[in-house]
Amino acid sequence: MYPADYRYTKDHEWIKVQGDIGTIGITDYAQQELGDVVFVDAPKVGAKLAPGKSFGSVESVKAVSEIYSPVSGEVTETNPLLVDTPEKINTDPHSAAWLIKLKLADPKEVASLMDAAAYEAYIAEQTKEHSA
Amino acid sequence: MLRSIFRRDNEKPSVNTSAAVELRKTALNSVHRRLGAKMVNFGGWDMPLEYSGIIAEHQAVRTRAGLFDVSHMGELEIRGPGALQLLQWVSCNNAAKLNVGQAHYSGLMTSRGTFVDDLLVHKISDTHYLLCVNAGNQDGDFQHIVANNKFDAGLENAGSRYSQLAIQGPHAAEILQKLTPAPLDTIRYYHFTFGKVGGVDCLIARTGYTGEDGFEIYFAPEYSDRLWTDLMQAGESAGMIPCGLGARNTLRLEAGMCLYGHEIDDTTTPWEAGLAWICKMEKAPFLGSDTLAQQKQAGLPRKLIGFEMLDKRIGRDGYPVLITGHEAGRVTSGCPAPFLKKNIGMAYVPSNENTVGAEIEIGIRGQAAPARIVALPFYKRPQ
Repeated sequence: MYPADYRYTKDHEWIKVQGDIGTIGITDYAQQELGDVVFVDAPKVGAKLAPGKSFGSVESVKAVSEIYSPVSGEVTETNPLLVDTPEKINTDPHSAAWLIKLKLADPKEVASLMDAAAYEAYIAEQTKEHSA
Repeated sequence: MLRSIFRRDNEKPSVNTSAAVELRKTALNSVHRRLGAKMVNFGGWDMPLEYSGIIAEHQAVRTRAGLFDVSHMGELEIRGPGALQLLQWVSCNNAAKLNVGQAHYSGLMTSRGTFVDDLLVHKISDTHYLLCVNAGNQDGDFQHIVANNKFDAGLENAGSRYSQLAIQGPHAAEILQKLTPAPLDTIRYYHFTFGKVGGVDCLIARTGYTGEDGFEIYFAPEYSDRLWTDLMQAGESAGMIPCGLGARNTLRLEAGMCLYGHEIDDTTTPWEAGLAWICKMEKAPFLGSDTLAQQKQAGLPRKLIGFEMLDKRIGRDGYPVLITGHEAGRVTSGCPAPFLKKNIGMAYVPSNENTVGAEIEIGIRGQAAPARIVALPFYKRPQ
């Protein structure tokens, strides 16, 4: 379910690193919790991001969620698919419905993020709390 | 990402924090969980927010049918020779106009002419009325009516004696008719009858909170599982699906209906909320009628408006309304309207700035997003 070559945050973003470019999206768990996604507010190309800093939002029918950058860097691309079909986040959150790409300021930063196994354990814990 | 997801409506953001507070459950709680519903704390009740998704559920009700567990709603009963007098004193609509078997929408008033709650009043007989009130207000409503009972009426806080299901949508009548001998085509809108549904004694009312045709049925909680199953089975071929509170909210907003705690509360009057049609001054005096008469004469400080967004952004509950750059009010409810396919909302603005067609702005996270004032309701079902 959760790609092994991605890293994950406690706020349910994922990042995939290829060279010095990181692709960021929200996780399947996040899209499930949000429900039907209807709008994505993405940053402009060139925007500078810092870890934990909000760079936009994803809105479902019921809620708005800020998106926080897992790492530092500069936005190089936003996903044009999400302008007219934000609901792709519900069906393909880990691939086609990526949110932004950025040029990483320090590729080593991702090492501090959770790997897939740690993230799966983390959401298992969240789900348990949730249904308690 | 998910730091703010659990802030729903005007609920405190407490879903995950206080395991200490035991949520109340309807008789269908395990059914909802078995169906995989996403559950949410609504007014102290553990309720289904959505099953298959808010948009799919919303569209099902507009085009086919949906089944809602609304057993969290409160029921109060007023009985005895003083029942009508008491109702006339505490509520703003004119209950003397009701026939047996008829229901109406009304407001439970404070002495200031503001809302303790909004409610449906069903006239069962000249000396017996059933009130359907909001879940979170039920106990407060009961105490308020008791405190104003100078007419010696009998009062019962009867919520635990009732489950309530809402069958809503253009196919609601044909689905329900499969399970009841009651001639549904003779029950007019805002009327009710007593009859069996799937062999269970029910009050069958042609009422709803979705803007569609439909029914709300009241019955003893022990039959909840059975009636839910029977109704789902009867509705299967017509494409009926279970619907949660998420769709209930988008449906009622599209239909321009008020929600307590949002458009109306104990600071708003029926005039301000566009509910003059439920506030009958000819039956005065009643609780708050002096203030209401004064406000009507003096003019209203603010009025409820509908708006639609002019770009893709969503003006949500609590966001500021900006008119010519200044903050003129707040959004009371705002969301995407799945059937109309635009983003809509309601808000209070000064009553000299409520012109339909006027362009306004909604403050969204520090930015001004363009919107336009439109007539309510946003959606009216085809007759």
